[in-house]
Amino acid sequence: MIPEIGHFALILALCVALVQGSLPIYGAAVGNSALMSVAKPAARTQFLLVLTAFGCLAYAFADKDFSVLYVAATSNSQLPLHYRLAAIWGAHEGSLLLWTFILTIWMFAVTLFSAHLPEATRSRILGVMGLVSVGFLLFMLSVSNPFERLIPAAPDGRDLNPLLQDPGMVIHPPMLYMGYVGFSVAFAFAIAALLGGNLDAAWARWSRPWTTVAWCFLTIGIAMGSGWAYYELGWGGWWFWDPVENASFMPWLAGTALVHSLAVTDKRGGFKVWTVLLAIMAFSLSLLGTFLVRSGVLTSVHAFATDPKRGLFILVFLAIVIGGSLALYAWRAPKVGLGGSFAMLSREGMLLANNVLLVAAMGSVLLGTLYPLFLDALDLGKISVGPPYFDSVFVPLMVPAIFLMGIGPLAQWKKASVPDLAKRLKWAFGVSLVSALTLPIVLGSWTPLLSLGLLLAIWIVTTSAVGLRERLAHVNGNSLVERLASVPRSYWGMLVAHCGIAVFIVGVTMVKGFESEKDVRMNVGETASIGDYTFRFDGAQDVVGPNYTAARGAFHVSRDGRETTVLYPEKRRYPVQNQVMTEAAIDPGLLRDLYVSLGEPLDDGAWSVRLYHKPFIDWIWGGCFIMALGGALAISDRRYRLAWRKQEPAVPVPTRAARRKVA
Amino acid sequence: MKPRHKRFAFIGLGLLVLGVATVLILNAFQSNLVFFFTPTQVAGGEAPHGRSFRIGGMVEDGSLVRENDGLTVHFIVTDTAKRVPVTYKGILPDLFKEGKGAVAQGQLGVDGTFVASEVLAKHDENYMPPEAADALAKAKASGAQQSKSLVVPDGRKGSL
Repeated sequence: MIPEIGHFALILALCVALVQGSLPIYGAAVGNSALMSVAKPAARTQFLLVLTAFGCLAYAFADKDFSVLYVAATSNSQLPLHYRLAAIWGAHEGSLLLWTFILTIWMFAVTLFSAHLPEATRSRILGVMGLVSVGFLLFMLSVSNPFERLIPAAPDGRDLNPLLQDPGMVIHPPMLYMGYVGFSVAFAFAIAALLGGNLDAAWARWSRPWTTVAWCFLTIGIAMGSGWAYYELGWGGWWFWDPVENASFMPWLAGTALVHSLAVTDKRGGFKVWTVLLAIMAFSLSLLGTFLVRSGVLTSVHAFATDPKRGLFILVFLAIVIGGSLALYAWRAPKVGLGGSFAMLSREGMLLANNVLLVAAMGSVLLGTLYPLFLDALDLGKISVGPPYFDSVFVPLMVPAIFLMGIGPLAQWKKASVPDLAKRLKWAFGVSLVSALTLPIVLGSWTPLLSLGLLLAIWIVTTSAVGLRERLAHVNGNSLVERLASVPRSYWGMLVAHCGIAVFIVGVTMVKGFESEKDVRMNVGETASIGDYTFRFDGAQDVVGPNYTAARGAFHVSRDGRETTVLYPEKRRYPVQNQVMTEAAIDPGLLRDLYVSLGEPLDDGAWSVRLYHKPFIDWIWGGCFIMALGGALAISDRRYRLAWRKQEPAVPVPTRAARRKVA
Repeated sequence: MKPRHKRFAFIGLGLLVLGVATVLILNAFQSNLVFFFTPTQVAGGEAPHGRSFRIGGMVEDGSLVRENDGLTVHFIVTDTAKRVPVTYKGILPDLFKEGKGAVAQGQLGVDGTFVASEVLAKHDENYMPPEAADALAKAKASGAQQSKSLVVPDGRKGSL
């Protein structure tokens, strides 16, 4: 009964989505206020309906209802409750439901925070989101229904892939999807602007916080996925340039470009056409990513074709969304206008260069991800494009982008002068260069890449410091604290996010430069050394978990004779799928991670063991979280908070600020 | 500069960046593509010597031999038509099993043994890596004798 209610709620949601996707857009076109006012209640109703459906599926999982095909396929009676709930997004059908659910959450948020928007704009935005939702609901209801019954019911479920039975997996997909789907808001803003033909600075100011929020979620989502791969796969790697990872990275690159391009549109009214194109691009890549990962096309191009209904739907849907929005773009964009002119050497110019580099990097990732699929689909042979390709393309494209990242925030809008910039930045450049050259020598080994990485990281930090110092000199306030407080939060946000990149670069550089690993055979009581650490293997014991059995090894780690920690890596066997899993043991630290994973049991209680010493690896994820924190700071800026206050939308911001001062 | 000149300068800059990117990409593509060969192709001499490539198929039952150091392993990859001996030093991924699909990357040694630098751990809920399934399917299509334990992936399930 409950699954049928969920199914029915989805059908109703589709009906509501159809209304939401048609009437308000038509109403906005003809200026009919009654039709436009449908958008808000429709979006909220749709949210409630999809919430109901999501709740029903969650209930089916919690209740171990193995008469639902999807539940039987992805969970098991032995599976703990929190993993049963995470199994909702453990495979294709449920992921689509999560996607749609998050889309309706964003819609609901738009209805809450759009009181300051003109009614036509709001109606168009919600209408476009409704249309996207129509696509997903149709897809679910026609070819991948999560509520499909299995009759007769299975005695027990096939279990969730053990790799996914991990706390990281509980949070990672929702975060990632919040990011993916969040770009649908930016997309809807862009399409609404194209439909209405009014693309101005106000438009950019409205769509900026939404884009930044989505970007923050995506950043965290990707970082968590990378962290999950690091500790769960047992191979100590944090990024594999796997198509699944690239699928999430491409929208991030486009989204990063979009965040910067929106800044120009907001402040200077420039880049309008380009911003719209980026918004379309970011969302299209999100869609592409979702489908790449969830359609099975990566597993096998031919498997994709064996289920032609699903494949066809996906291709048609992608074609309509991407083709349709690009056609609209080609038709309407010329009317939008170009915005103010600027010199090549100006803040706009540098942001443009940053955008071009980011998009070029995105294109190279896209090529490396899709090219093997095309070859395979056309039966031209099987190839793989591995990390060396991505490394050798990505690094040269990002180096100039990061160099510009230091200069851009200090350059004037419209026109900057080289001698002036050089004067202001010579100190920062000198410090960066000297420390980048000497630091690796102090640390014990010098390579060009090590120096380059450190140069970029220190460059970002020092230029940020110069920028902040100049900024402080120009704000009101007597004491330093007062001055710091009067720097706008959006500026802090930018500084923090940029420093996050610096932290990230330090992490990558140090891990690549100084990590060490060892595969060894270890008898009980034997020791092995890596870095400055000595590992003593104390044998492995059998342990029993809720839905697995495991061999748990014990490793005493010491440094200079003093015990550092004891690590317990496991080799787990999940009987339902008869799958073996390596559960690495990690001792994390600010300056280094120690990482042990068990290989295979050998004779006499000996094991083959993999040991890693990974300096600074946590800085990689730390950097991502700092970036997201920067984004959050930027959104909390006063100008947005004021804009969202609905009571006095007619009063311009400066007037209100003045009024407050008087009061 | 007049606005028109300026625009040309911009377009020129954009094209320059794109051009550099294209050169980088094509260059990297050329030197970093890893081709895939089935055991039948390797046995037929189609695989390159002195260049890294991938081989995939099934790990033959009972072929896994471990040396005394506990790390060096020998096994045979087969597409049910031809067999290729493989040597690898290191820890094998969890999904590696006799009678299951596997993909290895490495080079062909002088004696015809495939020296693997990496045995791939696809993070994938299917036991069969796509390349391995493909190798088996090709051998099957060409009428080779089939093995009983042939596993074909369930195409409906996506990867992670």
